[in-house]
Amino acid sequence: MKPRRWLRPALLLLLLATGVLLGACHRGEPLPLRLTNISGHMPDLDFKLTDDSGKAVTGADYRGKVVLLYFGYTHCPDVCPLTLAQLHVVMQRLGPLADGARILFVSVDPARDTPAIMHGYVNAFDKRAVGLVGDARSVEALSKRYRSAFTREPSAADGSYEVSHSSAIYVFDRGGRARLLATPSASQDDLVHDLHLLLDTGATS
Amino acid sequence: MKSSRMKSAALPLLLAGLLLAGGAHANDAAHIRASHAWIRVLPGALPAGAYVTLENDGNQPVALRGASSSVYAEVMLHRSSREGGVSRMAMVDALNVPAHGKAELAPAGYHLMLMRPHAPVKPGDTVTLTLQFGDGSTLATDFVARPANAMDAGDDHATPAMDHDAMPHGH
Repeated sequence: MKPRRWLRPALLLLLLATGVLLGACHRGEPLPLRLTNISGHMPDLDFKLTDDSGKAVTGADYRGKVVLLYFGYTHCPDVCPLTLAQLHVVMQRLGPLADGARILFVSVDPARDTPAIMHGYVNAFDKRAVGLVGDARSVEALSKRYRSAFTREPSAADGSYEVSHSSAIYVFDRGGRARLLATPSASQDDLVHDLHLLLDTGATS
Repeated sequence: MKSSRMKSAALPLLLAGLLLAGGAHANDAAHIRASHAWIRVLPGALPAGAYVTLENDGNQPVALRGASSSVYAEVMLHRSSREGGVSRMAMVDALNVPAHGKAELAPAGYHLMLMRPHAPVKPGDTVTLTLQFGDGSTLATDFVARPANAMDAGDDHATPAMDHDAMPHGH
């Protein structure tokens, strides 16, 4: 009988604490994220590139949106489309909340990927996806910033080549702060869960 | 010497036997069944990935070596891999389909890379790829073209091959 008496207030306290935790992101409390939390370990979103409509853009242009950053290239018929298709499914599952998020697909193949090619490519996956291109130096600067690697494999006889590239997806909150690292094999449930937290509670500026 | 002489003597006999057994389709892969055949269509003339499940009900393993198509200028057997957080894609010579077993060409693994379509391929189209095996046999298989953001072959993936109604006419 004795333990019961303190059980109910304790549970209530626990519930309250959980509620506070969930609503406390703006006060710097850690969110209960499921994926690899990189908060404080990676620099804020920053780049100077060209979007798929041909407009010069910087990281600051995406403040206010939760950003999913992924490096790839359009002559990649298997893994890049799979990752973008998976991100599309995640966006669908977020419903109207997904409008607060953007998928930024950065080409690591500046020689072949033009804004026009990127435009057709990203829009085949999700209307909230943006293709970004830049000269080799700008793309390398961005990829180095997030310790993401890519290399051009030796050319084949016909001049075609493959690019090996980091498979990670970097997630930034609405303030442009790096928050999560997801691999393509990460569960969609976890990604949806974490994006919900960032979209629900993240400050809009 | 001995073995090569045997081989040269045995070959016509073998071919004759196959012809008798298979009629007009002398080199059909008799023991391979293809299902879940689909293509992830990408915009423009970008290379596309093709996926299929192969089941071998024979007593011998069979190696998929590649495929050909009248719709694409080139088809290559590829494999994607991920190591240390880095994705890469490499050409492979063959994919083994074990005896009484199966092999899957699926996203993020083995796939056929389809290059330079002669005519645009749209989601909903059916494209015939002729799968080529190490023993010289082939299997004409209908692949359904799916949108870029599809995750799999879709609802009607069980549709058997040989339905050419929707095939695009790239010659």
